Amino acid sequence: MAVRRLYPEQPLSFAFTPENQAWAQREIAKYPAGKEASAVIALLWRAQEQEGWTTEPAIRAIADMLGMAYIRALEIATFYTMFQLAPVGKKAHVQVCGTTPCMLRGSDAIIEMCKEHIAEHPHELSKDGDLSWEEVECLGCCANAPVVQIGKDTYEDLDPELFAKILQDLEKGRPLKPGSQTGRQTSCPAGGPTTLLADPTLKAEKV
Amino acid sequence: MLQDKDRIFRNLYGFHDWRLPAARARGAWDGAKGFIENGHDWIINEVKTSGLRGRGGAGFPTGLKWSFMPKNDARPSYLVINGDESEPGSCKDREIMRHDPHLLIEGALLASFAMRAHTCFIYIRGEFIRERERLQAAVDEAYDARLIGKDNVHGWDFDIVIHHGAGAYICGEETALIESIEGKKGMPRLKPPFPANVGLYGAPTTVNNVESIAVVGDILRRGGAWFASLGKPNNTGTKLFQISGHVNNPCVVEEEMGIPLRELIDKHCGGVRGGWDNLLCAIPGGSSMPMIPAEQCNDLTMDFDALVKLKSGLGTAAVIVMDKSTDIIKAITRIAYFYKHESCGQCTPCREGTGWMFRVLDRMQRGEAELREIDLLYNVTKQVEGHTICALGDAAAWPVQGLLRNYRHVIEERIEARRAAAKEAAE
Repeated sequence: MAVRRLYPEQPLSFAFTPENQAWAQREIAKYPAGKEASAVIALLWRAQEQEGWTTEPAIRAIADMLGMAYIRALEIATFYTMFQLAPVGKKAHVQVCGTTPCMLRGSDAIIEMCKEHIAEHPHELSKDGDLSWEEVECLGCCANAPVVQIGKDTYEDLDPELFAKILQDLEKGRPLKPGSQTGRQTSCPAGGPTTLLADPTLKAEKV
Repeated sequence: MLQDKDRIFRNLYGFHDWRLPAARARGAWDGAKGFIENGHDWIINEVKTSGLRGRGGAGFPTGLKWSFMPKNDARPSYLVINGDESEPGSCKDREIMRHDPHLLIEGALLASFAMRAHTCFIYIRGEFIRERERLQAAVDEAYDARLIGKDNVHGWDFDIVIHHGAGAYICGEETALIESIEGKKGMPRLKPPFPANVGLYGAPTTVNNVESIAVVGDILRRGGAWFASLGKPNNTGTKLFQISGHVNNPCVVEEEMGIPLRELIDKHCGGVRGGWDNLLCAIPGGSSMPMIPAEQCNDLTMDFDALVKLKSGLGTAAVIVMDKSTDIIKAITRIAYFYKHESCGQCTPCREGTGWMFRVLDRMQRGEAELREIDLLYNVTKQVEGHTICALGDAAAWPVQGLLRNYRHVIEERIEARRAAAKEAAE
């Protein structure tokens, strides 16, 4: 468990943009009548995408939309660790996987670089407020370790040099190339596939 | 070695197009209407014949699990597909969802039909945002082609809802996952009642792993006997293996069940870094499984039964390889930290025990412990194991037990080295 509390300074209000409001209504409609609470994670996530972090007014507004008690929505926001309960870097929040498969391939060095180049502590903003970082638990890209997630994308097969380039590109506002940074195809063995060399459309026989 | 013609995931690496026409050219959706015309029981029997065991870690026979669903019940039935892939080391469902999504959607229809369910929820971990977008696009394609939806070409009304989490490992536990879909914290439920009787929204529910469902189409196309002919008795079929850590070429690869570990690493991963003799140990099935030391790895085969004999398990077939440069105490301490972080906090032995185990190990990796604490730590793992609602407590205890069983001497040496250094400094 992790102790997670709301940020002391909160905005006064929250409202979805009209597009997000319409999207939220469609999302709620996916679930059976009376089970609107099922949409709570999706709506909180959309609110975080809109605001940059998860604010208390957003949690309350979404609880109202879904007919949930505030405490139930608050529980969701504090239980699920992808909800950022404090403001993050304006340009990017760098999530470094530090779990054993990434650790074995050098994530400690990536974390040290975050401390040096972004901020000393996780969840702390860089001096210009552009960047922040945290160590996260397994991101599920273990065959491409070490890995960081920035926004919607993962950046894989890192080493200190490759990560330094990502940090520079972030600071300069240059676009990043998601996926493996060494140029290999997804989780295929480096150097080329050892399997699946035949035509994939050949019809399988029944045995 | 498994031949390409017997591989199910023919776009595993995304070299080809994931979209519907290309997936169809690779065989997806071929014959699905005929399977549905053969009836509910035919599908369940073929899956039983195939010997398919759940690919999410526990290895429960999939066909048998489906047959637990009630047949005449006024409540709706649900299929829930578990794509919460969060066990450290595991990265296979991701490849299915982003590169072969139509195999999963087809399997969802066939499995749901077999269990008389008209709605399927696919729960994807929150971090897999691109995978979620891809799978949603594939689901939309399937709706547009009337492969699923109301009045579809298969004659079985069927809806798929893609649902996502937001960073909680525990939601991979089936009842926590159900709670999460209901809009609650992911805290596991007491069983019984089992989900097949009281599951999602109080209705009969079966929860299956992504890989278990995605192989169903090919099992029915080629016959349960084909799948059963691969692998070893009671450990049949093909499996996505995920090899990470100290190998030259970490990768995901589809291989036959029961493949020797050494063959898996040498053929597909370019060998252990520094050669086979540089192997320290391997975790065979994701972080919760106790490690297997190198001397037992030489003839080790990768299947459920062989690994259970060594007091470990196949889990998700996520192999984490560690070479002799590894600080094994640190590696397991990091796993202990993971479980401390991911404990939902519901059961006291797990909530308190995971943190306790991590803190003691953290001292041990620096040598700042007493020798008697090794036995104490073992004792605590035994107090956590088996004393919690779900298996997270076990998952947290097993890797620590594996460390103490296999590398106790490393801990002792480190404690004594630090003591000697402190003594020297004092003199």
